[in-house]
Amino acid sequence: MAKTQKTHVTMKVNGAEVEGLVEPRTLLVHFIRENLQLTGTHIGCETTHCGACTVDIDGMSVKSCTMFAVQAAGSEITTIEGVANADGSLSALQEGFRMMHGLQCGFCTPGMILRAQRLLQENPSPTEAEIRMGISGNICRCTGYQNIVKAIQYAAAKINGVEFQEAAE
Amino acid sequence: MIPGPFSYHRPATVADAVKLLSTLGDEARPLAGGHSLLPMMKLRLATPDHLVDLHGIGTLKGIRRDGNKVVIGAMTTQHELLASDEIAKSLPILHETALLIADPQVRYRGTLGGNVANGDPGNDMPALMLTLGASYRLEGSGGGRDIAASEFYQGAYFTALEPGEILTAISIPVPAAGAGYAYEKLKRKIGDYATAAAAVVLTMSGGKVASCAIGLTNLHETPLLATDAAKAVMGTSLDDAALKKAAAAAVAIMSPAADARGPVEYRKHVGGIMVMRALTRAAARAK
Repeated sequence: MAKTQKTHVTMKVNGAEVEGLVEPRTLLVHFIRENLQLTGTHIGCETTHCGACTVDIDGMSVKSCTMFAVQAAGSEITTIEGVANADGSLSALQEGFRMMHGLQCGFCTPGMILRAQRLLQENPSPTEAEIRMGISGNICRCTGYQNIVKAIQYAAAKINGVEFQEAAE
Repeated sequence: MIPGPFSYHRPATVADAVKLLSTLGDEARPLAGGHSLLPMMKLRLATPDHLVDLHGIGTLKGIRRDGNKVVIGAMTTQHELLASDEIAKSLPILHETALLIADPQVRYRGTLGGNVANGDPGNDMPALMLTLGASYRLEGSGGGRDIAASEFYQGAYFTALEPGEILTAISIPVPAAGAGYAYEKLKRKIGDYATAAAAVVLTMSGGKVASCAIGLTNLHETPLLATDAAKAVMGTSLDDAALKKAAAAAVAIMSPAADARGPVEYRKHVGGIMVMRALTRAAARAK
């Protein structure tokens, strides 16, 4: 594929087949935000540090600023727009972030939720330490992480059908 | 930040990748996980005309036991190393080290081959490969060759890879049964490169060190094998005096850069401490 020649890509995003024309250098996050107009995936640092652009690709949490759109051709992607329950109600994680005040400005939240969703699929009952390590690629500059950890614990409890008990501070 | 324009190639075989790289010449770069290369491209510190994406080559993935060696395909990700029972059983130091690399998202994409082939002195796996006596399989247009990890690193970002060659697999001898191991890494925060790090694999016999290898990360323009430091602990019970002697011998070969991680004196000082901690923890694990 030549430098500026656009190529046709198709992928599945939030359950729907999507397509678009991209240059080789188009980053996945730009494709998601600009071509697909799904602006819930945020661009933070652009240097693979902050995790605001995290999406789920074929069962992996990936920083979508560090992958070319052309590399995602044929993959299945979930963004924050695709995490709510089918009936439109909040997912366990979304509810957890709301109930536990897991956000203040909200900029990191889409990346946090996508990462936490994959973490809970791999490890449905994580310890607090595992949660903190699990979200170590996502930076929040408001909450001090305390309430984000609680939000993920809340969601884990809800998914596992047990009562959420906040740890004493 | 948007990378400069480039042409994208996605070969399906090693032969095709090698052919592309040798035909396209200096302005072509192989693309593995991309978590070093893409940020450099976005900063325009790297402006390759061609990227040869290795993700389409299935044979570059996988972990298999081959006699007393574990052979790992170059495109195997850090996440796959962490999920592997074979690694957990045969090479737990690889598991320990992979967990200290970057963060979960980066580990889903970042590959062992990219980590060892890039020649970045800050990467963690190269020093570990020296410590374990690993060798690398290189494929080029003239055929394949094997090279010891200890012969591979020539300078910062300079390796034994010839133009048009790619690293396809890493072959690691499984340490002796009962060997102790540790990778000690001092870093400022999650995701940072080491301020200083040390890898140790050793065996103990009757409370004394019977064999020992020590590797050092980010304390020189290449990873280092601290041979004199390892000799200094042979036959000892790793008492204070032996630990200090090993640290001093290791510090003597360190020549780290002064950067945001600290001045040279500090990095050498903490490098010695990493060596002592890794020796102590490895000995506690040895059976």
